[in-house]
Amino acid sequence: MERTAGELGARFYSGLRYIGGMAWLLADALSFIFVAPFDRRRLRVRSAPVFEQMVRVGFSSLGIVCLVQLFIGVVIALQLANLLKTFGISEYVGSVVGLGIFRELGPLMTAMVMAGYAGAAMSAELGTMAVSEELEALRALAISPVRYLVVPRFIAAAVMIPCVTMVGNFVGVLGGMGIAWGVLHISPALFTQKMLETLVTSDVVVGIFKSWFFAQLIVLIACFEGLRVDSGAEGVGRAATRSVVFSIVMIISADCLFAAVFRLLLGR
Amino acid sequence: MNTEEPKPIVVRNLVKKFSGQVVLDGLNFQVNKGEILVIMGGSGCGKSTLLRLLIGAMRPTSGSIEMLGADLTLLDEAGLDALRKKTGILFQSGALFNSMTVGENIALPLKEHTKLSADVINIMVKMKLEMVGLRDFEHLKPAELSGGMKKRVGLARAMALDPRIMFYDEPSAGLDPVASAMIDELMMDLNKKTGVTSIVVTHDMGSAFKIAHRMILLFRGRAVAVGTPAEIRASADPLVRQFVNGLADGPIPLRVSQKDYAEDLLEPFLERF
Repeated sequence: MERTAGELGARFYSGLRYIGGMAWLLADALSFIFVAPFDRRRLRVRSAPVFEQMVRVGFSSLGIVCLVQLFIGVVIALQLANLLKTFGISEYVGSVVGLGIFRELGPLMTAMVMAGYAGAAMSAELGTMAVSEELEALRALAISPVRYLVVPRFIAAAVMIPCVTMVGNFVGVLGGMGIAWGVLHISPALFTQKMLETLVTSDVVVGIFKSWFFAQLIVLIACFEGLRVDSGAEGVGRAATRSVVFSIVMIISADCLFAAVFRLLLGR
Repeated sequence: MNTEEPKPIVVRNLVKKFSGQVVLDGLNFQVNKGEILVIMGGSGCGKSTLLRLLIGAMRPTSGSIEMLGADLTLLDEAGLDALRKKTGILFQSGALFNSMTVGENIALPLKEHTKLSADVINIMVKMKLEMVGLRDFEHLKPAELSGGMKKRVGLARAMALDPRIMFYDEPSAGLDPVASAMIDELMMDLNKKTGVTSIVVTHDMGSAFKIAHRMILLFRGRAVAVGTPAEIRASADPLVRQFVNGLADGPIPLRVSQKDYAEDLLEPFLERF
């Protein structure tokens, strides 16, 4: 009993330290983004690494995100086709697909893909740099790894992941539209009309906000896991795995929280 | 040498403990301007810890390190960064940034800490590479270089901001005799031409006696011998003799097991009878 309590205490403590470490990293990154530009003594974040990361996070992932979103749109429409037909409201397929994708599945699925695509790569990359003394070399050259490595990834993800999500959303809607046309014989015009009737601006804004929030979660967890690697190839692998698993759990938890909060705030 | 001039590095009563275990035990030494000081010692004697303390990667348990007029142990991150710009370090593995070319590696500190234009930085990169004899290698990636070349590029990168103090971590580790001799030659050459104060941590006696102006022998976290190579070589201290001559047994015992050998082997059987 006493031992279990002790173990629980130790776990709780290490959990607190983990969260504390991540909060510290976040504070450090934010200070480089918002404070350093106004402080002449401090070095600024350069634009070239930010653009480089933008291409890696945003552009290269576009194909796979679109593919996933396309299938999501197709699956929603297919699964609902029979049900809607039974009730004689087939034309509402546009409403369901539009709301489902823009508000919920678009941001969520894109974030999941990104946790695997970008998050794992970031933690493995930073972890390898930690193992090969590269982080120490950066520090010895008076270059902060947070400013030079973490902040560009942070900015790139916060800007690009919502953009990729939006592009993916449209592709997903196209997928649903195709099924509606082919299986339910709902014309794209009617599909779009019903979708626009249901969707309000807040749905789209909430979707973008969620995707922006998920992006920061992914980068924060990935970079934190990467920077704290201290031993060999095994440590790098573990960091990559942990960052993906942790990101997915955190994304879904945050999504659940947002669903409740926005229902209270916006009434939908 | 002018004795009035402040010493670049003064270490006083330096103690470092890791969870109760004492690694450095009240270390005192000074480094004179423009000299090559070699810190020797066996594995686990605390020399890597000392180096990490000197570059500000770790904080000591107690004691002070005065470097270029500032107490390193009291500086915050910004103060440490200011000091790091005046010092350079050659890591054991070279620690080049693997995603960048050789040229980009050397250009990085110049790009980050100076306002020089890209053309000037290019010229400086070429000069630094020429200094280590690798001028036309700037477009290669670190993975395409040999171990010795990596260290030479690492040296060029460390010298990019023209530091006043250079640290070398095991410069000859993992190199063949020729590459190792080249690094020794480069270290002496740089010291002579730029007057950079150099601290070399090594266990390679051959290279240590060749390059050192003064040497320190560390043992169990203490400086057991300090002096010029001639003084160290002439020392009658059995510990120094063992280390310098590379003897397997002596004050540093060959066998460190505490238990009796026969007892240890027979232990599982003793219970049965």
